[in-house]
Amino acid sequence: METAPVVLSTEELTKVYKNQTAVDRLTFEVREGEIFGFLGPNGAGKTTTILMLLGLTEPTSGKLQVLGLNPTREPIKVKRKVGYLQENMGFYSDLTGRQMLSFVADLNGIAPAEAEGRIQKALETVGLADDAEKKIGAYSRGMRQRLGIAELLIKDSRVAFLDEPTLGLDPDATQRIMELIQNLARTKGMTILLSSHQLHQVQKVCDRVGIMIRGRMVAHGPLEELARAKFGVDHEEYTLEEIYMKYFLEA
Amino acid sequence: MNGLAAIVRKELADHFSSYRFVILFALIAMVSLITAYMVGLRIRGAEGELKPQFVFLMIFAERGAMFSLVEFVAFFGPLVGLVLGFDAINRERNEGTLSKILAQPIFRDVVINGKFLAGVIMIAVLLTAIVLVITGLGLAVVGVVPGPEELLRVAVYLVVSIVYVALWLGVAILFSILFRSTATSALASLAVWIFFSFFVTIGASILANALLGQATDLRPEQAMRKIAAVRQVALVSPMELYSEATATVIDPMRRSARSFIPGGPLEALSMTRFSGPLAFGQSLLVVMPHIITLLAVTVVCFAISYTVFMRQEIRSL
Repeated sequence: METAPVVLSTEELTKVYKNQTAVDRLTFEVREGEIFGFLGPNGAGKTTTILMLLGLTEPTSGKLQVLGLNPTREPIKVKRKVGYLQENMGFYSDLTGRQMLSFVADLNGIAPAEAEGRIQKALETVGLADDAEKKIGAYSRGMRQRLGIAELLIKDSRVAFLDEPTLGLDPDATQRIMELIQNLARTKGMTILLSSHQLHQVQKVCDRVGIMIRGRMVAHGPLEELARAKFGVDHEEYTLEEIYMKYFLEA
Repeated sequence: MNGLAAIVRKELADHFSSYRFVILFALIAMVSLITAYMVGLRIRGAEGELKPQFVFLMIFAERGAMFSLVEFVAFFGPLVGLVLGFDAINRERNEGTLSKILAQPIFRDVVINGKFLAGVIMIAVLLTAIVLVITGLGLAVVGVVPGPEELLRVAVYLVVSIVYVALWLGVAILFSILFRSTATSALASLAVWIFFSFFVTIGASILANALLGQATDLRPEQAMRKIAAVRQVALVSPMELYSEATATVIDPMRRSARSFIPGGPLEALSMTRFSGPLAFGQSLLVVMPHIITLLAVTVVCFAISYTVFMRQEIRSL
């Protein structure tokens, strides 16, 4: 894993809104093909970081690169290769699943003939082929999240930012989403930045995690490393939950 | 332009399938048809009594029951623009779909360009449809085939109308960018419409009275000054601009955009001697300033929306 090239990195990345610092001198990197668990309480600046990585928001200072590109300068090139599933999904509820996916394909400049095949395949992969003609307004939360994953497949993203993909899902749906995410990384070689509060799930799928509190990355690395740093050499079996709480209470 | 076609396609599909648009279209088509039909009957009734020129254009300019078609579009055309645009951006922002679109590989201005373009296409389709239906009805009821000049005048009328309605679309889109809530942007654009369409016209005469006195026994030059002042103020209203422009374009007998022209005995003589219709080019010349002003206001409105939208920051909710 250590030898895999870095696909995304930030250096002293800072974002200051009018009166508050949302992201404070953030430095971290994500390597190719890994699932990076992006953890932290609400309002820690995770979404702001993702928006900067996509070039949707300009950083106040600091450096960042995604796939060797500067998102602030070349947002279009970055967005062509990077998929983003936002927290509230942002689907048009009056479109059907298939219509939504063809709109996304259209925006990505994928030719209609090519898109049709990709959409069908993606719908089958995420198990929505039977519901493709239903309006998204009638979809359950879990179905919407799966539609989001289908969107990543259609774009054929090399990197994906998933912002709380399991928020408000029942255990069964959570399980299903996590399996799909793992599949993206294992079979497609997609690099995934996964932000989530479901620490148990994160522990299962993530190669490395980063804990962000009040705009600062307080720790990042493989789980065992974090455990060792906090609890001592012989305590590599701590759960992510315990590690996270320890960092959180100390911050 | 990456994605512009995609956005326009999506917006058009949305517009055509929305109830809002169907209701509006039905309403406007109905009123237009009734007005045109009434005018048609009137023209038929007047057969033999007078010798009207440009009968075909009378369908647009003549008052049937209450108002002429041109007046109707001046009053309610803006509503079409407002309805098409008042929630263009803020609804997407509230539903989170705006960041979904912006996370795709497109430039940010494509979103607003696409929305404006789709709106203008809708307006063009709607107005053209109405004009064509009325033309057909005119042929059926009055039985007059329009000549080339009449068609040209109707075409200019159509283009000016599209610009006029697009202006209000621009206003509505601007408010949808400025305000987060769709209810606020709807009310704000309605308020601006009412202010500029009705209050300015009423306010103009009040202002003139205040400035130049309310005396009833005005000397002619005082009266003229007052009328000129009223007109100056009233022309701030796009509705006034549009009404003057289209009335002159559609009615060749009108020789000036103004309603009052100061005239001595010689002018009076020339008016009675040469009371023929104005040539098409001359009509156009008279209202060119109006048309350019309307176009400029539309462009300014869109430019403000564009700048504000480009500067707005995408934030996490």
